[in-house]
Amino acid sequence: MKRWFMLTLVGKDQPGIVAQTTRALFEGECNLGEASMVRLGGNFTVMLMVQFAGDEKILDELIGPVCQKFDLRHHVDAIEGELRHHVEPEVRITVYGADRAGIVADITGTLAEKGFNILNLESDVGGTPENSIYVMNIEGVAKQGIEVIEETLQKLAQEKGLETQLEPIDTLIG
Amino acid sequence: MAVLDILVYPDPRLKQVSKPVEHFDGGLHAFIRDLEETMRAGPGGVGIAAPQVGRFERIIIVDVSGKPKIKHHGRLILVNPEIISKEGSAVGREGCLSVPDYTGNVARAKFIILKAQDEFGKPLEFHMERYEARAVQHEMDHLEGLLFLDHLVSRRDLFRRQTQEAISSKAKIP
Repeated sequence: MKRWFMLTLVGKDQPGIVAQTTRALFEGECNLGEASMVRLGGNFTVMLMVQFAGDEKILDELIGPVCQKFDLRHHVDAIEGELRHHVEPEVRITVYGADRAGIVADITGTLAEKGFNILNLESDVGGTPENSIYVMNIEGVAKQGIEVIEETLQKLAQEKGLETQLEPIDTLIG
Repeated sequence: MAVLDILVYPDPRLKQVSKPVEHFDGGLHAFIRDLEETMRAGPGGVGIAAPQVGRFERIIIVDVSGKPKIKHHGRLILVNPEIISKEGSAVGREGCLSVPDYTGNVARAKFIILKAQDEFGKPLEFHMERYEARAVQHEMDHLEGLLFLDHLVSRRDLFRRQTQEAISSKAKIP
């Protein structure tokens, strides 16, 4: 029986990593599910749902040669994974401001207190080295309603000198 | 009255271009009643296009009146619709009766001027905005053999667009 694994790969970004790892997985009779790949600070990073009949050890060996070739670190976890378990985000929050330590902890801490469940979070640092800007985009579900989140977020933004925007996501089905 | 079967991607018929309606007769009216019943049978559907049920004629139904706090024109039966002008662009989340269990972000014009005919062939014209305009653009895509999957904006793109918008809207304040 095929089971789901989460395969994580990290290394210096270079062309061909995705093509060659997915080829090795395909030839090893793996099926791929949802994936998230992003370049972070010049690093290649990917988290990949892999469906496979063997165990962690065999999957490890399967991916070994490609990892060696590209000097990638990798990690395999057996997971309780299933496809078609999407949760629709209801709210999108954008936060930006002068970069300093603690922005993410402040914002997400407040959101958690108000029953907000984060589904996606992406952040980036822009601006010049002297004047860095931190930008964060969050999508999630507001269990206690959007008004509670909006009010708290505005207060926090004022206190901490951040700009925040909150926008409901109304998925159109047609 | 009947709920019709909905074609589901990857059915190749969904990629077909539909023909203009020429005869505004009883057959057309009976079909429109069934099409509307089909749209209302699904949870949360705000629109439907004739090709989604395998009739390749330029007929769409849109009704976003159930959504709170938006401008709309109520229940609309639009035959041979044509967008005569478009303005602005906004990203919003869409799903489709013909694409189960997947939603994605799509950029659409914010404002449109639409010409169409009603089910008796009488000319109609509407100035539409945002959610209603999005629904019409989504349904009209079906008439060209297009799906929202043909216009997806990646999460990362969305992130950049929104951040730019947020920063430029703040910058405009004197």
